[in-house]
Amino acid sequence: MAQPFVKKDDDHDDELEYSPFMGIEKGAVLQEARVFNDSQVDPRRCSQVITKLLYLLNQGESFTKVEATGVFFSVTKLFQSNDTGLRRMVYLIIKELSPSSDEVFIVTSSLMKDMNSKTDMYRANAIRVLCRIIEGTLLTQIERYLKQAIVDKNPVVSSAALVSGLHLLKTNPEIVKRWTNEVQEGIQSRSALVQFHALALLHQIRQNDRLAVSKLVGSLTRGSVRSPLAQCLLIRYTSQVIRDMANHGQSGERPFYEFLESCLRHKAEMVILEAARAITELDGVTSRELTPAITVLQLFLSSPRPVLRFAAVRTLNKVSMTHPMAVTNCNIDMESLISDQNRSIATLAITTLLKTGNESSVERLMKQITMFMSDIADEFKIVVVEAIRSLCVKFPLKYRSLMTFLSNILREEGGFEYKRAIVDSIVTIIRDIPDAKESGLLHLCEFIEDCEFTYLSTQILHFLGIEGPKTSDPSKYIRYIYNRVHLENATVRAAAVSTLAKFGFMVESLKPRITVLLMRCIYDSDDEVRDRATLFLSVLGGDGTLDTDKDSKEFLFGSLEVPLANMETSLKNYDPSEEAFDINSVPKEVKSQPLAEKKAQGKKPTGLGAPPAAPASGFEGYERLLSSIPEFAAFGKLFKSSSPVELTEAETEYSVNVVKHIFDNHVVFQYNCTNTIPEQLLERVNVIVDASEAEEFSEVTSKALNSLPYDSPGQAFVAFEKPAGVPAFGKFSNTLTFVVKEVDPSTGEAEDDGVEDEYQLEDLEVVSADYMVKVSVSNFRNAWESMNEEDEHVDEYGLGQRESLGEAIKAVIDLLGMQPCEGTETVPSNARSHTCLLSGVYIGNVKVLVRAQFGMDSAREIAMKLAVRAEDVSVAEAIHEIVANG
Amino acid sequence: MELHPKVKNILLLDSEGKRIAAKYYTDDWPTNTAKEAFEKTVFSKTKKTNARTEVEVTALENNIIVYKFVQDLHFYVTGGEEENELILASVLQGLFDAVNLLLRGNVDKREALDNLDLIFLCFDEIIDGGIVLETDANVIAEKAGINSFDPNAPLSEQTISQALATAREHLTRSLMK
Repeated sequence: MAQPFVKKDDDHDDELEYSPFMGIEKGAVLQEARVFNDSQVDPRRCSQVITKLLYLLNQGESFTKVEATGVFFSVTKLFQSNDTGLRRMVYLIIKELSPSSDEVFIVTSSLMKDMNSKTDMYRANAIRVLCRIIEGTLLTQIERYLKQAIVDKNPVVSSAALVSGLHLLKTNPEIVKRWTNEVQEGIQSRSALVQFHALALLHQIRQNDRLAVSKLVGSLTRGSVRSPLAQCLLIRYTSQVIRDMANHGQSGERPFYEFLESCLRHKAEMVILEAARAITELDGVTSRELTPAITVLQLFLSSPRPVLRFAAVRTLNKVSMTHPMAVTNCNIDMESLISDQNRSIATLAITTLLKTGNESSVERLMKQITMFMSDIADEFKIVVVEAIRSLCVKFPLKYRSLMTFLSNILREEGGFEYKRAIVDSIVTIIRDIPDAKESGLLHLCEFIEDCEFTYLSTQILHFLGIEGPKTSDPSKYIRYIYNRVHLENATVRAAAVSTLAKFGFMVESLKPRITVLLMRCIYDSDDEVRDRATLFLSVLGGDGTLDTDKDSKEFLFGSLEVPLANMETSLKNYDPSEEAFDINSVPKEVKSQPLAEKKAQGKKPTGLGAPPAAPASGFEGYERLLSSIPEFAAFGKLFKSSSPVELTEAETEYSVNVVKHIFDNHVVFQYNCTNTIPEQLLERVNVIVDASEAEEFSEVTSKALNSLPYDSPGQAFVAFEKPAGVPAFGKFSNTLTFVVKEVDPSTGEAEDDGVEDEYQLEDLEVVSADYMVKVSVSNFRNAWESMNEEDEHVDEYGLGQRESLGEAIKAVIDLLGMQPCEGTETVPSNARSHTCLLSGVYIGNVKVLVRAQFGMDSAREIAMKLAVRAEDVSVAEAIHEIVANG
Repeated sequence: MELHPKVKNILLLDSEGKRIAAKYYTDDWPTNTAKEAFEKTVFSKTKKTNARTEVEVTALENNIIVYKFVQDLHFYVTGGEEENELILASVLQGLFDAVNLLLRGNVDKREALDNLDLIFLCFDEIIDGGIVLETDANVIAEKAGINSFDPNAPLSEQTISQALATAREHLTRSLMK
């Protein structure tokens, strides 16, 4: 009798927090699952229990192997019930339990029966379940039914089979490939989704056959695709075909552009977006091709649907990175998006505007952004700060308002990542714009007065130590730095002590005062701070002779001679023992991976995060690397290092590229070798160079690579002597010789015995561009006029038929190896004539300037008028010779 | 290389960001802890926005997330950053409308938990292993709702719309024979 009353009470509680799964517990549910074994199946009850099991799994509860197997076996008993609802739940739980291969057999016959059932729902779902859990051998048994299902009258069944095919293609490609005929029939289906799934599968089957894909796209773009989703797929495939064709050197009109353009008028918005995006991502897209895509995106910008606005502004933001001019038309719509409710849209709009805006609009924009910054999350703020940094680099004259903005937001609340982005931006601006240095440093000083992040404080102190002493009034920074010694934790105190020492060393007039300040630090409570103070006091107190000056300078400002990564590994491997750690044992060879570097280029750390010295692949790195090798130390100063030239095809067993280092009367080839076979260790790796086609060169020495393990690049060197101070050319053929040792992949240990082997590399040439260093001049006209006009050599050349002016100009620049000045290497897209300005220094330190005028006639024949001025007439002649022979 | 649109996950969270139902189709979040952390970030990033009339969208950790809220329920669909957000939005809309049909317009947490089986089936009918299976809400609801109109159940227990759906199904089946 009391029950209704209790129930009422329950209901009342439930209004606060109701859940049919409240207090649910795995053990109890597993007990309940016994109901599956009842001889009389109660569909309703069983469905409920399955739902509970699914709920547990969905909440992240995991079943042990035994529990899962137990549930799976009892669930299979439920196939005796013909209740459709229950069967549907059974399918679902089987997929979730993902039974192991030795358990699957128990349901296959039931599922196969359902696969041929008259009920469409059974057929579709049985296919999906079966394909999810089946093994290769069983698959061949049901293949016949699957092919039938693809062409089933019911679209749901057909889609189920096609989607399953897409999954199976990953594990059993050879079987799925046999279904091509049926899949092709699916593409003609009246059902939108079937068409979509069939197209996806057909493309996936043929993806490695370039010609077949191109044919497929070619036939479908003529318009038999009805489903918007399938149309989106077709657009993706079309872009891929366009890319492939461009890669394989097919020129002329861009194929299928018209198709993409026609999709911009499709009635489904998803197709329009897909097409617009495809067009904006075309390689080397012209502004004429871009215009229609930008126009539809602009319409999206004022759509009431946030997804459309987001999609449009996101795409335009990407376009603005490469084609800012094309996006300027949308600026008005974009500005109204700054106040968009959706902050993601607003942030994208701001950063786009920052990229497309011109110099005059900067101030107005900054005003709008200031209002906007207070109500967005840190992650959006970081994006904005980064956009402002690049804006500042673009418009150096505007640094004042941008710097003010940055210093203002630096004072506001914010997390570490946000603050770091601001500090990085200020540092970049200081580095790039000398005028901004003093105010920027002061902003940073003010920031560390109240900075809660130790990492940022120490980094700023380090930066102050390098830049501060070079300013007009270094003494004004001392107060900020010395305050740190009083107010901060030990790490910051130690950094401040080092910075003070740098000031004292660099600025003679400050030395006595700094010494006094450092004296106070030797009573610090922290060991490191005391040690540093004592050490620097003795350095500063040195008798000032030239020698110690040099030593202390090296000590204070010099960088570690070994790459930090190598140092770290060596220190980790160091076993504390009697023997002291020897820094000379740290390998100096930098693990340079040109490919990976190229990929990473876009994400290069800037600002504080960037290493102060260029990585060893840059000129300075090469210089340091070569001078550390005794054999080459005597060659004198490095004149030029070429960029790496690949000597092997991509994806071969051993990948080798070469860097040509030019000295005054030597040439050193640096072979960067990578072993791409995990089962091999190479030893005594050497390059045998045949210089018979390079008469002026004679080999002087070579340095072999002792060991080349899998995937850790190493360098071998060969050095040649050549006539001093003048260029010498020649062709060299290279052979890689080495000893191969098998490596046991499980233990990583190499066998003792190796086999000698060799590997033919491609030839290498030393050309005139190798003797030319790219040096830019700030004002080309002044430099040009300061050179003797009488030494000018002018000649005209026909460059033959070319794709475009830009291509011809690039060819000439590459041939000469000179630095294009004042952005003249880029050609407006429809220009028929162009002047390109180049500058460089030729071997023997001869300054060279080139003025090249290009013209193109209607037949794309290109003519060039080349005027060369050099400090040495013979060099100007040499330049003409290069072009004449090139 | 797979070029077809891919859905990374579908989430249904309550008004406190707790998971009601979730289905992940990639290994981007390998453990339940990672999944919960993702759900927490998504929820806290979106909870203050107004996604009740229109589908909203945001970017998070190289993913695009479209979402829509109703009562105390939060629906999310996640795709990669290269994905066409309108395709994701059509998946979300399909899910949202199908759930609305299945719950007969009473879309709230309590109703969703009471009919969790339908929600699970709905997920299953929309996406199969990350591939879009169906986006038409009526078709999804019909396929997922199959157990609520058990042919053996007396007709009086079915609602009118279900009865109509059953009738339509019978009709199409007989037409296709």
